[in-house]
Amino acid sequence: MNNTAHEFETSVATIDPSLVKVNVKNLDFYYGGSHALKSVSIPFARNQVTALIGPSGCGKSTLLRTLNRMYALYPGQKATGEILIDGENALSPRTDLARLRARVGMVFQKPTPFPMSIYDNVAFGVRLYENLSKADMDVRVEESLTRAALWDEVKDKLRSPGLGLSGGQQQRLCVARGVAVKPEVLLLDEPTSALDPISSARLEETVTTLKADHTIVIVTHNLGQAARVSDYTGFMYLGELVEFGPTDAVFTRPATRRTSDYITGRFG
Amino acid sequence: MSAASSTLMLRRRVTNAVFTGFCVVVTGLALIALAAILWTLVSKGAGGFNLAVFTEATPAPHSRGGLANAIIGSVMMCTMGMTLAVVIGVLAGTWLAEYGQNSRYGSVVRFLNDVLLSAPSILVGLFVYEMLVAPFHTFSAFAGAVALALLAAPVITRTTEDVLALQPSLLRESGVGLGAPLALVIREILWRSARGGILTGALLAFARITGETAPLLFTALNNQFFELNPTKPMANLPVVIFQYALSPYDDWQRLAWVGALLIAITVLTVTIIARFVTREQNRS
Repeated sequence: MNNTAHEFETSVATIDPSLVKVNVKNLDFYYGGSHALKSVSIPFARNQVTALIGPSGCGKSTLLRTLNRMYALYPGQKATGEILIDGENALSPRTDLARLRARVGMVFQKPTPFPMSIYDNVAFGVRLYENLSKADMDVRVEESLTRAALWDEVKDKLRSPGLGLSGGQQQRLCVARGVAVKPEVLLLDEPTSALDPISSARLEETVTTLKADHTIVIVTHNLGQAARVSDYTGFMYLGELVEFGPTDAVFTRPATRRTSDYITGRFG
Repeated sequence: MSAASSTLMLRRRVTNAVFTGFCVVVTGLALIALAAILWTLVSKGAGGFNLAVFTEATPAPHSRGGLANAIIGSVMMCTMGMTLAVVIGVLAGTWLAEYGQNSRYGSVVRFLNDVLLSAPSILVGLFVYEMLVAPFHTFSAFAGAVALALLAAPVITRTTEDVLALQPSLLRESGVGLGAPLALVIREILWRSARGGILTGALLAFARITGETAPLLFTALNNQFFELNPTKPMANLPVVIFQYALSPYDDWQRLAWVGALLIAITVLTVTIIARFVTREQNRS
């Protein structure tokens, strides 16, 4: 068998363009001199969960951080190519970053509640864009906490600090904070990596219910999680997208040797 | 256990005991010095405490009087100085941590701030003398406040930069990720998250300047009468202590000890408050 042929083999399934919310085309990303994403093209389907898997350092999180241009915070980081959100290029210099980030929300590896009350944590993002009355804000906060499956646990202590919650609750608070601004796309960067198994399971349930309203992209190291929550899966390796397709196909009938080696645990 | 490994264990135990013992002895020495200072202050100063200290102005030799004008002067100059220093220090520290961390200008500012941090206070006094006393032909409380601010600002700049740098970058990113401009994230999230540390820095700076004499000698000088006009020379505790302690008069020397005890009590109180506040911060 010729191994070298497999090293360049890729398989990217196509999706009916009418179902695509975010279309990434020929995306290259540089951390200063290091080339972290190599001509990545991947579609993210509307109201579906897409999981990005791959070994550490393969570019999953980097890809996620280009979608809301989080990298713009750091000088020396640069992206070229196209990220079309409903046909609008997010990488265009004319893109308004505040508006982009209102459309594309993000939840991080570790819970990052703001040093304020649970209520204000959720209201913080909303206040940036909308001038709601107290009553309307109350409704929005309740609705967001409910969608993040946290309302019942915190409804009696909305005024107490967000930092007083447990790790799993804090992460769901971050999800509530993210969905409160009603983003079209929600990015989850290893959202359960700092959580215990029970909290992780609850967050996975939350993700599944959230896709009714959002297009979700989740980066995960946990292959079981990718299989459970996602509709599509992309496997990345060394800055390249090796394989992309419906999750059941990628996990049961991987089209490339590298994907099958990774999901069967032969490397990674 | 083999003989070799039991010798090794013994050696480790001995090293450990010697090192621990050394630490305990050195800590004890530091505490003895501190206790001796406090004891001297209390034994020589406490006896002179009375109402007149807080109500009457500094006296001529061998007459009744207190330290009221010096206390008010010190409070005024420290307040003005701290206000200036907090504004400059917090903003400069924030800039260094959030905007200028990797820039060339940022590293120059950081280096100069470190130099200022260890600048002899007498030089700061001379500098302010040249800038704000000589041109106006009068010593003034303003000049004194500026000199104190110059000593306090570098401390606040440094601690603000350090505590902001300690804030997790994910906190910054989650604010920015909601679409908030960085300036808002800094004001609403990072400052709030770092407020315990920033406050500690400010209180440390305050503790440092309350006892400074050299910079005030060149700037606010002294005044034996009540003076509330900041453009005039103003009495203050450190200079009064300096002058009275060196005088040959018993009553002046007694007042100097009272003044010294007052400063020590103030610094101690402020430090304890700082500890208490940071502990409350960490708890919430």
